[in-house]
Amino acid sequence: MTQLNTYRGGPNERGHFGIYGGRFVAETLMPLILDVEKAYAAAKDDPEFIKDFRYHMTYYVGRPSALYYAKRLSEELGGAKIYFKREELNHTGAHKINNCIGQILLARRMGKTRIIAETGAGQHGVATATVCALFNLPCTIYMGEVDIERQKPNVFRMRLLGAEVKPVTSGSRTLKDAMNEALRDWVSNVSDTYYLIGTAAGPHPYPMMVRDFQAIIGEETRAQMLEAEGRLPDSLVACIGGGSNAIGLFYPFLDEPSVALIGVEAAGLGLETATKHAASMAGGAPGVLHGNRTYLLQDADGQILEGHSISAGLDYPGVGPEHAWLHDLGRVRYESATDDEALDAFKLCARTEGILPALEPSHALAYIIRAAGALPKDHLMVLGLSGRGDKDIFTVADALGTRI
Amino acid sequence: MSTEGRIPRRFAALKAEGRAALVTFLTAGDPDAATSLALLRGLPAAGADLIEIGMPFTDPMADGPAIQAASLRALAAGMSLAGTLELVRGFRAGDDATPVILMGYYNPIYRYGVARFLTDAKAAGVDGLIVVDLPPEEDEELCLPALAAGISFIRLATPTTDDARLPAVLRHTSGFVYYVSITGITGTGAASDQAISEAVTRLRRHTDLPVAVGFGITSPERAAAVAKVADAAVVGSAIVSRLAKGLNAEGKATAGLIEDVHHFVRALAAGVRGARG
Ligand SMILES: Cc1ncc(COP(=O)(O)O)c(C=O)c1O
Repeated sequence: MTQLNTYRGGPNERGHFGIYGGRFVAETLMPLILDVEKAYAAAKDDPEFIKDFRYHMTYYVGRPSALYYAKRLSEELGGAKIYFKREELNHTGAHKINNCIGQILLARRMGKTRIIAETGAGQHGVATATVCALFNLPCTIYMGEVDIERQKPNVFRMRLLGAEVKPVTSGSRTLKDAMNEALRDWVSNVSDTYYLIGTAAGPHPYPMMVRDFQAIIGEETRAQMLEAEGRLPDSLVACIGGGSNAIGLFYPFLDEPSVALIGVEAAGLGLETATKHAASMAGGAPGVLHGNRTYLLQDADGQILEGHSISAGLDYPGVGPEHAWLHDLGRVRYESATDDEALDAFKLCARTEGILPALEPSHALAYIIRAAGALPKDHLMVLGLSGRGDKDIFTVADALGTRI
Repeated sequence: MSTEGRIPRRFAALKAEGRAALVTFLTAGDPDAATSLALLRGLPAAGADLIEIGMPFTDPMADGPAIQAASLRALAAGMSLAGTLELVRGFRAGDDATPVILMGYYNPIYRYGVARFLTDAKAAGVDGLIVVDLPPEEDEELCLPALAAGISFIRLATPTTDDARLPAVLRHTSGFVYYVSITGITGTGAASDQAISEAVTRLRRHTDLPVAVGFGITSPERAAAVAKVADAAVVGSAIVSRLAKGLNAEGKATAGLIEDVHHFVRALAAGVRGARG
């Protein structure tokens, strides 16, 4: 592992995390991205902006989210003491809302009057539609046709909230194509539109900005664990789609060498299948897509491959650039879990804790199920429980061969 | 202006003739490698002065439906970056004068390896590159190495590129400047004659390079209107759409496809050549 004085120093002023990150966008968008960067730099140090963000976190999102000791699960696994950081209790049911509040406040400061976003599982789409309703801004959500089919409840929710959901029929009709389509919309509507990216990826400053808004997860976890146990946790485990909930949980701990950080990618039908997984670090290579350099699932010719995962929120063929950097540095360990392991974790969590986790964090839980038993009883382990599983019950029923 | 290299030579010759250039775009390997080579070979005779060849990519973020579909057709038929360079070699075997510019996205080049790509592209007879997702902020990636290898790096300037930013955009641009006349993706909308004329005038205040204008040129009349004020008119989606009309239900080329595309290019060329007459 490469030793740095600080792992919290990224990105540099050009948006680079080591060789990753950057601003790989068409010239039409470049001035807009520079505007977002400038506006965010001013906002993040403005006490008014911070106050507004905190206000909405407390009274609208319902923060802080609980840090809950999962006693029965811990006993069942017979090792580490497992805590859940319960982002699934947030308004709209996932961590995505933290970022959406931050960005919508920024968009308003910038005088933007129209919001666009991409969504995979629909959680980010729902969170975006929610804040757009709250602030009375029109919003268009791009969603792949395939995902619309798998996440019907969220599509209906977005429409109830007043959003226009535009089905994306190009390419593989999933999250990466939704992001392409959102970028095409932005290129065509530069003057009034703000692109509210849903994960810690995309061109600079998005990976940094989304991380900063999500870092509230780790900041609370730190304080809550100190209060509960009088010390820092020993390990943190979170699932990796684009990587926003994971970087939000990890970031405040990056410079705590005693805290092990584990990101869990989606191994789909297995890493050995080459194209039936979504583990871009375990099975991909560095490349450039959607404005940043990062690990990507791609073929030898640099064509992007479609990821596969049972969870629509993880089957993105890339990952945020800060994770790519932390991976190469060795500061965060990246593991993976298959569809089947995630399903088993989903069922176990429901049965032992009375909580239906989303399929995304079920992957992180699957890693914990593999690892916890071998750890001592005083090992404090935190699961980033990024979202609730209500949206996934149709998918789970399908996978279990049950009709509902 | 230097007259070394095919691009400057071509623009110098056209200037002497007193007319603008017609720049045509086709995606490499669309709908298959053999048809694509035949299409490219016939372009100069049909009146194309410079040739842009799209490097197919799965995720063409700045392209509209016509060029997206062309990219996917080419990939489905097995085209790759190596195959694209092979096409350029095939074209060069019969034409050593017409400038060839490769246009596309960075990832396939990055994956191929920048140094190896530049060596192979130069050897194949490539004169210039347009890489949509490499703004001046990322010049060390490919722009500077390309210039060092003797390949022009042609930058896009857009309506959002204001006067403060233009010098940065133009700094390492060579060959010509490509003005994207709309804020939008390829094949969707068109700018007014007045807006184009003002933009060309603005660019000329900042550079001596030839100014090409593209996006939204769909007919010989539109090509003529642009050729009145700019040094080149670029036509892409309209040609690609014309090609698509010649495909059967399975996406295969029908008998008249090649001739029909060349026929359309001849009409565009007539428009460009008559523009200032
Ligand atoms: C509940 C939940 N967790 C995790 C993710 C993955 O995103 P990220 O890796 O950005 O946290 C999603 C995405 O939709 C999600 O809905």
